[in-house]
Amino acid sequence: MTEFLATPIGHFIFVVAAILAIMIPVLIGVAYLTYAERKVLAAMQLRKGPNVVGPFGLFQPFADAIKLMMKETVIPTGSNRLLFLMAPMLTFGLALIAWAVIPFGPGLVLADINVGILYLFAISSLGVYGIIIAGWASNSKYAFLGALRSAAQMVSYEVSIGFVIITVLLCVGSLNLSRIVEAQQDLWFFVPLFPMFIVFFISALAETNRAPFDLPEGESEIVAGFFVEYSSMSFALFFLGEYANMILMSAMTTILFLGGWLPPFDIAPFTWIPGPIWFALKICLCLFVFLWVRATFPRYRYDQLMRLGWKVFLPLSLLWVALTSGALMLFGWLPTPA
Amino acid sequence: MIATLAFYLFAAILLASATMVVVARNPVHAVLFLILGFFNAAALFLLAGAEFLALILVIVYVGAVAVLFLFVVMMLDVNFAELREGFVRYLPIGGIIGGILLVELLLVGAAWTVSPQAPLLIAEPVPGAVTNTQAIGRVLYTDYVYLFQAAGVVLLVAMIGAIVLTLRERPGVRRQNVGAQLARARDETLAVMKVAPGAGLTVVPKPEPKREPEPADHGGHGHGNHHGGGH
Repeated sequence: MTEFLATPIGHFIFVVAAILAIMIPVLIGVAYLTYAERKVLAAMQLRKGPNVVGPFGLFQPFADAIKLMMKETVIPTGSNRLLFLMAPMLTFGLALIAWAVIPFGPGLVLADINVGILYLFAISSLGVYGIIIAGWASNSKYAFLGALRSAAQMVSYEVSIGFVIITVLLCVGSLNLSRIVEAQQDLWFFVPLFPMFIVFFISALAETNRAPFDLPEGESEIVAGFFVEYSSMSFALFFLGEYANMILMSAMTTILFLGGWLPPFDIAPFTWIPGPIWFALKICLCLFVFLWVRATFPRYRYDQLMRLGWKVFLPLSLLWVALTSGALMLFGWLPTPA
Repeated sequence: MIATLAFYLFAAILLASATMVVVARNPVHAVLFLILGFFNAAALFLLAGAEFLALILVIVYVGAVAVLFLFVVMMLDVNFAELREGFVRYLPIGGIIGGILLVELLLVGAAWTVSPQAPLLIAEPVPGAVTNTQAIGRVLYTDYVYLFQAAGVVLLVAMIGAIVLTLRERPGVRRQNVGAQLARARDETLAVMKVAPGAGLTVVPKPEPKREPEPADHGGHGHGNHHGGGH
């Protein structure tokens, strides 16, 4: 078996199998995140949520998927056909390729690259293209307004996400995601870097265009924003891409601040549970907060959104970069380069 | 073998998309081809083993600069027919300028001599066993930190210049003052009334905006002295 894996063909088959082993759970997770969202929102609004298809409505995501596939794909006459169809594929594809560098456990990672966190940051900053291209190619004013809002919003919040990542990197001394998790062996970073944890999470909400920052969709003012002209599978890809991005941002929060696959305490009953399970549990916790926020807060006004990004988060995160590096230098806690 | 093939593939796409940036009639398509070009340049960096530069190229140019570029270009209302109109008229002067540039490039290329030390540098692009992220960090922040900071100051001055040029103070605009809103106490805005049935309200004493801190002896009926109703 090991000799077979060493051959080029064996290696190729192994990598394809690993990709499928990551992709399929992520897609199932996306399907059940839509279900969880409807159930959580329903519970918070004292409703029942989906409860007809299957036991407890558990087959609802598949019913929705089949319904979307059966629908007609409408392409507006004035649109740019190629770009119009490319945008949802781009959104969905980008949401999936980021998973290549996510470590699910010690050594359980498809591509253990040196600059993993930069790769994640790059992929998440590319997500805006799907939205901009969709808005422009639709040739519709609502879609265009949504795309403009999204472009400005995502570029603004990326800046503070970048600074938050820098504070974490200062404490780790490596850009490798597995090193980042291992550096939290004794203390998860959300304790010493608590303000940055909050800033990161709120910026993640803005980066994924989720409530209360879902202005690019803004169904009450610009109908559905950038995907107003989309239907059927092209709409489904946007929808799946948004949810996959939510899971991805939760995974990033988990890796940067919640200790990745590490158990909360390094003692017996906690260490029996394998790392990937802990990782999934922490992601679920973050996702629950995503849904909780959606059920709780009204949508921001656009100028308030920009104010929060540029006038609150940017100075705060910059200050924390200076404070963290100062503290690390002062107490001699600087990590030694591996 | 695969690396060589990949190099030629990425280089070919890079050159093709760079050509399309100039040739494409629709400016939005031109920017999208520019982004494709950035991606292929990043892939070439990756093949050269410079993973940090590759990802920084994607993050800075594709993730931020090109987004703003696309943002501006999408809002342009370009008349394509009008753009092509003066093509023949401007062809001679454009051709002359292009020809001069080409001749200059050829002259520079002909006079180029490769230093004998250059192959030695290629042999070890990164000193020692550090990753190239650490090597770049060492060069930028340890060896040349003052020059690096000076470059930052130049960019800051450019940014301040752009802001000064475009900033205009319009009179009569009411702005939200979040600090004042958050600093507002309950007493300044709210008075709890007890209204007897059928009696209605007489004049409500409006609390002054700035008051002396009251002696804290009100206990459970802190707003009692503001009640104006019930007469």
